[in-house]
Amino acid sequence: MLRFTVRRLAQTFFVLIALSIITFVIFNVIPNGDPALRLAGRTPNPAVVQQIREDFGFNDPLPTQYANLMEKTFKGELESYSNGTNVREELLRGLPNTASLVIGAAIIWVVLGVLFGILAAKYAGRIPDRLITIIGIVGISLPVFWVGALLLYYLTFKVSLFPPGGYTPLTEDPVQWLYHMILPWTTLSILFIGFYSRLLRSNILDTVNEDYVRTARAKGLSERRITTRHVLRNALIPIVTLFGLDFGAAFGGGAILTESIFNLQGVGQYAADSIGTLDLPPILGTVLYGAFFIVLLSALVDIAYAFLDPRIRLSG
Amino acid sequence: MSVDGKPIGPGLSRKYLLGADRNGRDVAVRLLYGGRNSLLVGFGAALVTATLAVSLGLIAGYFRGWADRVISGVFDIIWSFPVLLLAIALGTALAIGGLDLGLFTIGGSSLWIPTLVIGLVYVPYLGRPIRGQVLSLREKEFVEAAIAQGMRPGRIMFSEILPNVTSTILVFGTLIIANNIITEAALSFLGAGIQSPAPSWGNLIGDGVDFLATAPHLAIVPGIAIVLTVLSLNVFGDGLRDALDPRAKVRLR
Repeated sequence: MLRFTVRRLAQTFFVLIALSIITFVIFNVIPNGDPALRLAGRTPNPAVVQQIREDFGFNDPLPTQYANLMEKTFKGELESYSNGTNVREELLRGLPNTASLVIGAAIIWVVLGVLFGILAAKYAGRIPDRLITIIGIVGISLPVFWVGALLLYYLTFKVSLFPPGGYTPLTEDPVQWLYHMILPWTTLSILFIGFYSRLLRSNILDTVNEDYVRTARAKGLSERRITTRHVLRNALIPIVTLFGLDFGAAFGGGAILTESIFNLQGVGQYAADSIGTLDLPPILGTVLYGAFFIVLLSALVDIAYAFLDPRIRLSG
Repeated sequence: MSVDGKPIGPGLSRKYLLGADRNGRDVAVRLLYGGRNSLLVGFGAALVTATLAVSLGLIAGYFRGWADRVISGVFDIIWSFPVLLLAIALGTALAIGGLDLGLFTIGGSSLWIPTLVIGLVYVPYLGRPIRGQVLSLREKEFVEAAIAQGMRPGRIMFSEILPNVTSTILVFGTLIIANNIITEAALSFLGAGIQSPAPSWGNLIGDGVDFLATAPHLAIVPGIAIVLTVLSLNVFGDGLRDALDPRAKVRLR
């Protein structure tokens, strides 16, 4: 078990290094990607461009440039090329906003997704199931940014039920915080509620036909005990895995659309802004930050899995 | 009214079914041409994903060993990238400069860019399940029989194993097309997908959002087009899965 954990975490580290190299290469091979030219302004003076190249070290060989960037990343000294702000500080500033959005939405989507999934399976083939199935499949077919924009417009500008975007820190004013988060939470969770309820429904319907459920019933266990201890327990395992991955992805930049629409000033929006200006250091920083959450959670999911299911430990 | 006096807004006339946009272009026509672009990118990207994922999955699952380690490693790396971030970064970067591959060049506003970007980032989502299936299929008797008959690995992969994973490819493929259309819309909405002036449902919504107060249909109609298309693909994918996978047809007693 320990060996598996260590190996899985080491693998995580290598994946992060590979990602940083790929990001670096992408932004060094693209045409018009020369940061010196962009920094020098609209009508670049060759001497100025040369000076910028010297100052920022763009004349060094690529491996040296990469090594310098990574050294700065680990020391937390990574700075934006375009406005000189410290990447780590910007990320830390955006983190509470992204965390508020993603954690809140995750609670909503897990609770509602599981609830709807169980209800649909319980009434399989009948009206509640049909209704939930329809809502679920429509939910996964909605473009997040479109729903967000329409909700924002109709519930904010038309009837002023909600504030027009922006973020109020929880520590400053909890009521305003909640008030500002309701629409973003709704927008982000709709898609996942659809996915989770559909997946859980089919998992439960698969599990009730398993042999061990028949055995449990033959042993004379009560229906209630069979449902909670045997069916639900097994049907929920894939949901736990999926949740780990989705939560990591949303935390790691997946909420970029919701953040931009509601102007939440989170990490995703920071990434979107940096990409717009092709500013390599913040892009590298946000990609590593995002990938960190994704690989960390998928490693945790794998380890949790290996803990629950010894077969994986042996083959992995 | 826009610059040249044609109606913005719900000019539901016989001539302008959905009115005109801020440049006086007929929205109904742009919606149709935008649909063509969105569908082309959605299906094209799914084709890119399927081709790469199936060949890599077959090789990794069949040969195992170092081939599997390399391919699974690549899948892991792409999988760990924040997908939307990667797609936006690639899309924006390539839209500015295009792509010069030596033999052929792709212009910055080419449809190929969103197609390749979206196709590439979703490869592991199909590649991983296929590799898993191939790993178990290669131990089956019919593969053993093929080896005993002296069949070469290439032929075993394509005529013995591939037919057995087609249902996975079809089901995942349909869902991936649906997903691609939404991703393309999101990228175009952010300016990292299909480049203006070429229309797509995503950038029609992006343009329309500015006019929600005066002409809400400009953002609502292309959104409905996306929802209906994606919804049909999802329903179709569900039906296909039920039809191809007998295990999925589980009913409560």
